Amino acid sequence: MSKGRYGIHGGQYISETLMNELIRLEEAYEHYKNDPEFNAELSKLLNEYAGRPSLLYYAEKMTKDLGGAKIYLKREDLNHTGSHKINNVLGQVLLAKKMGKTRVIAETGAGQHGVATATAAALFGMECEIFMGKEDTDRQALNVYRMELLGAKVHPVTTGTMTLKDAVNDTMREWSNRVSDTHYVLGSVMGPHPFPMIVRDFQSVISREAKQQILEAEGKLPAAVVACVGGGSNAMGAFYNFIEDKEVELIGCEAAGKGVDTELHAATIAKGSLGIFHGMQSYFCQDEYGQIAPVYSISAGLDYPGIGPEHAYLHDIGRAQYVPVTDEEAVEAFEYLSRTEGIIPAIESAHAIAQVRKIAKNYRKDQSIIVCVSGRGDKDVAAIARYRGVDIHD
Amino acid sequence: MTNKLSKVFDTPNKKAFIAFLTAGDPDADSTVKFILEMEKAGADLVEIGIPFSDPTAEGVVIQEANIRALGNGMTTDGAFDIVRRVRETSQIPLAFMTYVNPVFHYGYDRFFQKCEELGVDAIIIPDLPYEEKAEVEGPAKAHNVALISMIAPTSESRIRTIASEAEGFIYVVSSMGVTGVRSEIRTDLGSIVEHIRKATDVPCAIGFGISTPKQAKDMAALSDGAIVGSAIVRLIAEHGADAAPYISRYVSSMKAAVLEA
Repeated sequence: MSKGRYGIHGGQYISETLMNELIRLEEAYEHYKNDPEFNAELSKLLNEYAGRPSLLYYAEKMTKDLGGAKIYLKREDLNHTGSHKINNVLGQVLLAKKMGKTRVIAETGAGQHGVATATAAALFGMECEIFMGKEDTDRQALNVYRMELLGAKVHPVTTGTMTLKDAVNDTMREWSNRVSDTHYVLGSVMGPHPFPMIVRDFQSVISREAKQQILEAEGKLPAAVVACVGGGSNAMGAFYNFIEDKEVELIGCEAAGKGVDTELHAATIAKGSLGIFHGMQSYFCQDEYGQIAPVYSISAGLDYPGIGPEHAYLHDIGRAQYVPVTDEEAVEAFEYLSRTEGIIPAIESAHAIAQVRKIAKNYRKDQSIIVCVSGRGDKDVAAIARYRGVDIHD
Repeated sequence: MTNKLSKVFDTPNKKAFIAFLTAGDPDADSTVKFILEMEKAGADLVEIGIPFSDPTAEGVVIQEANIRALGNGMTTDGAFDIVRRVRETSQIPLAFMTYVNPVFHYGYDRFFQKCEELGVDAIIIPDLPYEEKAEVEGPAKAHNVALISMIAPTSESRIRTIASEAEGFIYVVSSMGVTGVRSEIRTDLGSIVEHIRKATDVPCAIGFGISTPKQAKDMAALSDGAIVGSAIVRLIAEHGADAAPYISRYVSSMKAAVLEA
């Protein structure tokens, strides 16, 4: 079996043109991850630039309203740039700088990863180009302008379904075209090895902090950790340091779109099958011939036909469970958290909130649930208004 | 190899012209006709692309051919049927080019068994590098299908490892990036081929970016052959089901250039 395997999943299914670069990336990462100077620099960036540690907030009103476990929100929405994406981006861009790269490229779905990458590129004085599906540049126009404001060039991707998977395709194509000075800042725990490992490690700061914070607040581990899953980076970060704690349930929430019994969903674990795509073996939404299926979600960030290989493995061994959450449930949760706690979550994160609303009452009042609020919802306000039939323009 | 691949480079100057097209672009009948036409015009091997929804190694021209073919209902079974029809009258060496997922999903053993039955001699899978080839190589070998290795401008120290295990022929990628016509090929292919020659006697052909007879001649002179895809697919995009005479004329001119190398 090749490198970067999680059970049967993962691997390095990528063109020969990129293989040496992946090997160099892995070597650089293995070197710098144990380098005290690199880690000191990264910690400084995370703490003084991105605003870490993020709060673990006890959602008292939500807890009372749901009438079960105590609900804690891991506030990744409070990070600089408004989501968990900055954790991974600062790590990767610092690594790229150490590798002598002068240019970074990235895919983006909702635009959060693109904004984070453009931000880090501005900070480090690097050239930056972002690939974003045309459909997403339309529904997340505000984020496109933010990226441009930060000095990035945004390429609307007009091939295929014009969403996240097509943005990944075009970013891979561009990387194979120009690799010597360019690092691909992959945004999720997916793609060929070493990306799933690197992104997971940089995102694991979420659960490292959350574990310490919940032990301080409650004196014991949570009963469950809940996070939304597209490719799965915030979920992997939120789960990682709890994997060994078998009593902690790990729950990933997939985008069920209009419902898993329709064709309009992005629920990879619920409806997908084993495949090899975007550099990795994992589960994918695909047809009987292995053609990758067009997927759908109201959330551009979850609108992806695959899932990271480590999630696929956690699913296989039963360590984590993955549940589908529909557009309607997510929109209701988006509105619920806004009104109940005064926190507008990203529509992606609202999928996790929706699941917590369903399950909180199944737990005792002395138990707790941590839910990862992976991002803030300002970017989604116009789309949610449209969903509710209010025509505003962002 | 005991299969038809050994014939590919058995030409007057030991140089081959390899032509690519996408199965089902614009329809299965045309693909069968085009393959037979390419054989008549002198192609030594035809690569048949099994279309994939997300062809990450392809430039725009072949991406669009994939979309056209899938839109017209082409499938893996449809591509096998094209081979069956070609084999009714022709023994030209054939290779499939596709991505790993359609092959994986079909089932490696079932896929290569069908290749053997119908007479597909080789397979090229651009998203299956050396590190991952073992799972495919076993079933392919068992059914006498050559798994073609690719070597890129960035392969450097990997050339020796890849070449020493190569079979059939080696696909040398001329340039960085994806498939598609290029006005200029700047990679130092001479030194790459020289490295390959030190590791193996398996012939190597150069592909990516070749469109003119001059390029084909130059590339064949540097190696054992030239592979052309996008330039042919562009003719199909332009002329659709009526592309046969254009393909024929083009392949003849390219083959003549390769024979001059």
